Amino acid sequence: MFGRLSLDILKHNPMQDMAVVGMVLSGLGLIALITYLQRWKWLWNEWITTVDHKKIGIMYIVTVLLMFFKGFTDALMIRVQQALAVGDSHGILTAGHFQEVFSAHGTTMIFFVGMGMIFGFWNLIIPLQIGARDVAYPFLNAVSFWLFAGSGLLMYASLALGHFSEAGWLAYPPLSGIEYSPNEGVDYWIWIVQIAGIGSTLGAINFLVTVLKMRCEGMKFMKMPIFVWSSLCSMILIIFAFPILTATLVMLTLDRYMEMHFFTAGGGGNPMMYVNLIWAWGHPEVYILVLPAFGIFSEIVPTFSEKRLFGYMSMVWALIMIAFLSFIVWLHHFFTMGASPGVNAFFGVSTMLIAIPTGVKIFNWLFTKFRGRVHFESPMLWFFAFLLNFTIAGMTGVLLSSPPVDFQVHNSLFLIAHFHGMVIGGVLFGFFAGFTYWFPKFTGFFLSEKLNRYAFWCWFTGFLIAFMPLYMLGFMGATRRLDHYEEATGWHPLFLVVAVGAVVIVIGGAIQFLGLFWSIIDRKNNLDHTRGDPWNARTLEWSIPSPPPIYNFAILPVVDQIDPLWAIKRGVAPPQHKKYEDIHLPVNTGIGFYIGMLSMLFGFGMVWYMYWLSIASFVGILACLIVRLSSKEKHMIITAAEVKATEEALRRPV
Amino acid sequence: MKRKPVRLMLIATAIILLIFLLMQPLSVYHFQNYISVLFPKGMIGIEQRNLLLIIQAIMLLIVIPVYILTFIFSWRYRAQNTKATYDPDLVDHKIAEVIWWGLPLVLTIVVSVLTWVKTYQLDPYKPIESKNKTLNIQVVALQWKWLFIYPEEQVASINFLQIPTDTPVHFEITADAPMNSFWIPHLGGQIYAMPNMKTELHLIANEGGDFRGSSANISGEGFASMHFICRASSEQEYKNWLAEVKKSSNNLNFKAYNQLAKPSTNEVALYKLEDKNLFDQIMMKYMHPQKGE
Repeated sequence: MFGRLSLDILKHNPMQDMAVVGMVLSGLGLIALITYLQRWKWLWNEWITTVDHKKIGIMYIVTVLLMFFKGFTDALMIRVQQALAVGDSHGILTAGHFQEVFSAHGTTMIFFVGMGMIFGFWNLIIPLQIGARDVAYPFLNAVSFWLFAGSGLLMYASLALGHFSEAGWLAYPPLSGIEYSPNEGVDYWIWIVQIAGIGSTLGAINFLVTVLKMRCEGMKFMKMPIFVWSSLCSMILIIFAFPILTATLVMLTLDRYMEMHFFTAGGGGNPMMYVNLIWAWGHPEVYILVLPAFGIFSEIVPTFSEKRLFGYMSMVWALIMIAFLSFIVWLHHFFTMGASPGVNAFFGVSTMLIAIPTGVKIFNWLFTKFRGRVHFESPMLWFFAFLLNFTIAGMTGVLLSSPPVDFQVHNSLFLIAHFHGMVIGGVLFGFFAGFTYWFPKFTGFFLSEKLNRYAFWCWFTGFLIAFMPLYMLGFMGATRRLDHYEEATGWHPLFLVVAVGAVVIVIGGAIQFLGLFWSIIDRKNNLDHTRGDPWNARTLEWSIPSPPPIYNFAILPVVDQIDPLWAIKRGVAPPQHKKYEDIHLPVNTGIGFYIGMLSMLFGFGMVWYMYWLSIASFVGILACLIVRLSSKEKHMIITAAEVKATEEALRRPV
Repeated sequence: MKRKPVRLMLIATAIILLIFLLMQPLSVYHFQNYISVLFPKGMIGIEQRNLLLIIQAIMLLIVIPVYILTFIFSWRYRAQNTKATYDPDLVDHKIAEVIWWGLPLVLTIVVSVLTWVKTYQLDPYKPIESKNKTLNIQVVALQWKWLFIYPEEQVASINFLQIPTDTPVHFEITADAPMNSFWIPHLGGQIYAMPNMKTELHLIANEGGDFRGSSANISGEGFASMHFICRASSEQEYKNWLAEVKKSSNNLNFKAYNQLAKPSTNEVALYKLEDKNLFDQIMMKYMHPQKGE
């Protein structure tokens, strides 16, 4: 009945117990609060069943914040452990627990924080930037989100019930095979990643169709905002790369559950095939995350320089080139496999080629500032931090791409410093920039500028303190994922410095977190008095009121150039439509939510060998789909008169 | 909008960056005895280090201007500076764009050619030319220790490797465990140790000393204990060591090996090798379908 589930799964070490108790208590507290405020109905009607892309976007961001908290705590535990566990001391964690922690850190940060952020931003921004009232498939959008959220719940469940994977965030076999990892950890990892991955694939298809089919009148491809372009490239990468991940995970599942031998060394399997496949997905994944961040900066720099993006065509071609190249470089993640020099040299050179379009982008951003009027609001500060850190990480990336050099730094902390420079310096700072930039669009008020500045200083300095010494540690032969090391290595002082850096970053994170709440409480003093265009921006999302009404655009815009709002401000925009019209919008449905929760139960059943639960959940998912697909799609209609009334109310000055 | 203290921000960032810039050479100096990758003791490691430094220097040609331009543009074109030219229609410039497609392209070509040549030259499978005869050592990554087999000398050791200086060493590497990576940073780059597969690595020590080696790829619970000492010594000391080991009463054959292969973290141990084909037998374990052990 309960598969391999027994009461033993509740046994943890004290530290994990504390986390679980805290998690359960805050969950109960939240439930009590919602009940006390009598908000259940509101929660169900306004949020859980919604198919409005803006609300789904906000739910993505909230989920990301919850997951970020977990991934961040994991990171801190890694840093504390490595600062303490020298010589005879074994720090605060056992080896197994430490391995769970870093596996969970990577999985959480990439699949939930990174992917969640890009989908959050796509939901919030893309329909508004292309002048659309909705995404192409609103219901599918809800399904994608709830698959993502369901898999996130499974991730939190793995903290409380049983163990998470100890095989690293990419779970290389044979270590992740049933022989060396017999417990439920790797199974948790497989199903968490599998469910979230399917959600991502569906989401990308949805947004691809949205961008291809739903742009407003006159917005040709070469007139699209650059954030849409970079997202388009990223979507195409998802659609090509994620099926590889899905298939690879299926093979690993068959290995583990049915004793097949795709990747086991005995029985004719080949673990290196897994390593190839996982990186054929994994390398594009890096670009899936970083391209939208490039897009965000490409929106912010022109806005805060009061000048159009320099070299739009160059930027587009650079994006396309990066997207293409990202598929032919995967082998650089394992030059040390022992391939022939010809193979290694080819993949080394193809990797270096990526430096060219990336360099072009950096110069174009710089020259957007040239002869502009640069305002240093906080989004621009994050750009500043990005540029300085990302350039260092890019440079060390070129070092890593040269096979003979890679042999000496592969899997060392040098590598860790490099890719954290990419994902913190590139992706995360990009999302901080986007968050502060678009926050007033969806709330009508600003994030506290002062607190943002404090956070910026903490992240900027903290990042340098926490990651620069890692380059040095890599040169000193320190490998990644060590739960303890000997005094004689001489690494200890640097690990202490790194821990200090981590604390500074934590302070920065705390300021942002509190700053968010403070800004909400203090919103009366931070109102956006322009009611829609606080930054003097250039793209369509700023042409509508903040927060946007449910139908986004009362009148669909007409566009004939890049930066359409800027064109309106300069009086060079094409004539716009004038008449209000009836607007059709999809109605809410709970089916997306059901599918997400059933998928979580399906995964949970698979992890614990409770096959009846998995089968029942799967049948439930099919039933949901049949019900949904065979029912006639219902619409609600907002009449032209209602639209007019709403618009006039929203446009009235405060 | 309120005036933002741009000057303060730029100066503070520049100072922070400068501090970190100065910290790099200082920490290299301070930790020089430990920085194995930058101060290697063998020819392969030195070549790899030199390549690293050359590529680094070439990259700086582009990174330094980017840094300087970032600061200059941020200062000169700040919104408060009414004296600077404002030209919102300057959005395209053919020559400028040719320069920044061209400059990275040229630098990338230089680095690529260099990499291509060096990748062949420093191929880990390529024997090292030397007047001294190459020493063959077989390496097996176990859970969680390293087994070194000297097939010709008929000895074996756990977590300890002794080699003569100025003698090329040819490693044949496999694993009877999850994948590991065999790395002695003082001598040169690493290569994976994988079950059912044999990889090769050629290294040489040109100076004597005790060098730390380790596994660079996570392989399970005892992974952090998978480090060893590689002792490079004079030919004479090496011979003495061999003679010492041969006197050992510890014998290693396939049966004893199977005991040894069980998961554990071990101290240094030395063996007389009884089974000359031990390495091949370990490889053969994976050559036919099997169920469990």
